[in-house]
Amino acid sequence: MSMTRRIPWMKYASASNFYPLADRLVPIFMGLALVLAVIGLYLGFVVAPIDYQQGNSYRIMFIHVPAAWMSMFIYLLLAMYAIISLVWRVKMADIMAYSLAPTGAMFTFIALLTGALWGRPTWGTYWIWDARLTSELLLLFLYLGYMGLYSAIPDRQRASRAAAFLAIVGAVNVPIIYFSVIWWNTLHQGSSFSFSEGASMTDAMLYALLLMALACWAYTIAVVLRRAQALILERKKVALWASQISKK
Amino acid sequence: MDIAEFLHMGGHGFYIWGSYGTALFLMVIEGIWVFKRRNKAKKELERMEADFARVDGQGVNG
Amino acid sequence: MHKMLWALFSRDMTLFMHRKQDVVTVLGFFLIAVALFPLGISSDPELLRTIAPGAIWIAALFSTVLALDRLFSEDLDDGTLEQQMLMPVPISLMLLVRLIAHWVITSLPIVLLAPIMGLQFGLAFNEIVILTLSLLVGTPILVLLGAIGAALTVGLKSSGGLVTLLLLPLYVPVLILGSSAVSSVMNGADVTAHFSLMGAALIISLVLSPFAVATALKITLD
Repeated sequence: MSMTRRIPWMKYASASNFYPLADRLVPIFMGLALVLAVIGLYLGFVVAPIDYQQGNSYRIMFIHVPAAWMSMFIYLLLAMYAIISLVWRVKMADIMAYSLAPTGAMFTFIALLTGALWGRPTWGTYWIWDARLTSELLLLFLYLGYMGLYSAIPDRQRASRAAAFLAIVGAVNVPIIYFSVIWWNTLHQGSSFSFSEGASMTDAMLYALLLMALACWAYTIAVVLRRAQALILERKKVALWASQISKK
Repeated sequence: MDIAEFLHMGGHGFYIWGSYGTALFLMVIEGIWVFKRRNKAKKELERMEADFARVDGQGVNG
Repeated sequence: MHKMLWALFSRDMTLFMHRKQDVVTVLGFFLIAVALFPLGISSDPELLRTIAPGAIWIAALFSTVLALDRLFSEDLDDGTLEQQMLMPVPISLMLLVRLIAHWVITSLPIVLLAPIMGLQFGLAFNEIVILTLSLLVGTPILVLLGAIGAALTVGLKSSGGLVTLLLLPLYVPVLILGSSAVSSVMNGADVTAHFSLMGAALIISLVLSPFAVATALKITLD
């Protein structure tokens, strides 16, 4: 088809083309994630100097900030795949959306946990209801809701479409939730402490942060592609089973 | 550099290593999980295909 | 067209009215939930006044979620829903009518009871007025948003917990606006901003939510 030649990535919208590509990409991105993380951690822990205000605890930033970024990027990506699967009924888009969700939820959890562990030495408490932590917590609920709805519906077609719709509604709501939480925070004059990131960042810190963020991306790509492969095979199994039954 | 001093992190060792430890743990677990899931699905599918091929073959012969 | 919509509205009203049990359950839930806050926290009047906006709003919020369970389920079971989708009236309009009827039956009593709850928590007259007004503007938004969750989960086993999980993140902005309007007036602050934001949210959800619910129902009935 001429269509496939003009838009080469459309080729990978079909599972049979996607699968071998993923087979080649997964080891590359896994290796990349490992290398980037090692260099990033070296920069972050050995080269970057101690912060005169926060001491060493600021080094949690190198995992906390990338995890928080990933949690939001992955939700956006999930919503985009949800739109594609809902509007154009591309099966691979549904598989990708569903494959992204657990990893996104995991990064949200990591961001929350590392935020709490960073908060303890910095603010003297594990948890404060600050705008960022609170909206991150709500993001975790959005992920759980998506996965919960998907697995609660027995019919796969309906599950994928209902969950995709929910993801889109959630994505529309994310900025509203975020701004309402900020507003709430200013109303109640809660401690609006911000991790003083930009202020005293050295080059080493910046590169460490960047490398760790890239490592998280590479990890996400590898794991999500692997999960998508597993889903393709599992669905193929069901289809094969059904076709065998209908033959009899 | 002194290893003990490095691990101590100026009194913040628990928070820092707690953060990185949990993150690493979760990521390794998720990775293993996903790889296992793929391999399991692959094996089951292959076995199923072989089974059905055998059944079909018998059907044609018999 | 008008006649048909009115017929739909009165049908929905009578149907909802027939399920008195459900209305009583929702109202009873609201009253008990509000009464549990003093029992669980303290009878200190000053403290009660502080938590009153949040307590009453959270109770109203969960009552709304509880009531949503009956929004579509029975009509799905007897096939009415599928037939209504074929009616000459646009589905979104039909759904809007039904949501309004649902709000009148299940939420309006909560709004009307709110002043009594406010008295129990020792709120002053003007605070009670703001509380009631905030619920009057806020609960329709809860119903309109909640209908999306109800439509996505209708017919599922154990959908109650799931609906709560799906809806609570979406309800957060409304909860913040509504309860902070009351606490602001308690602190002597201006509440115009709260009400203009809530009004805007109500208009937007009145316009968009019926289409979203229609889409969700189509996915479910597909």
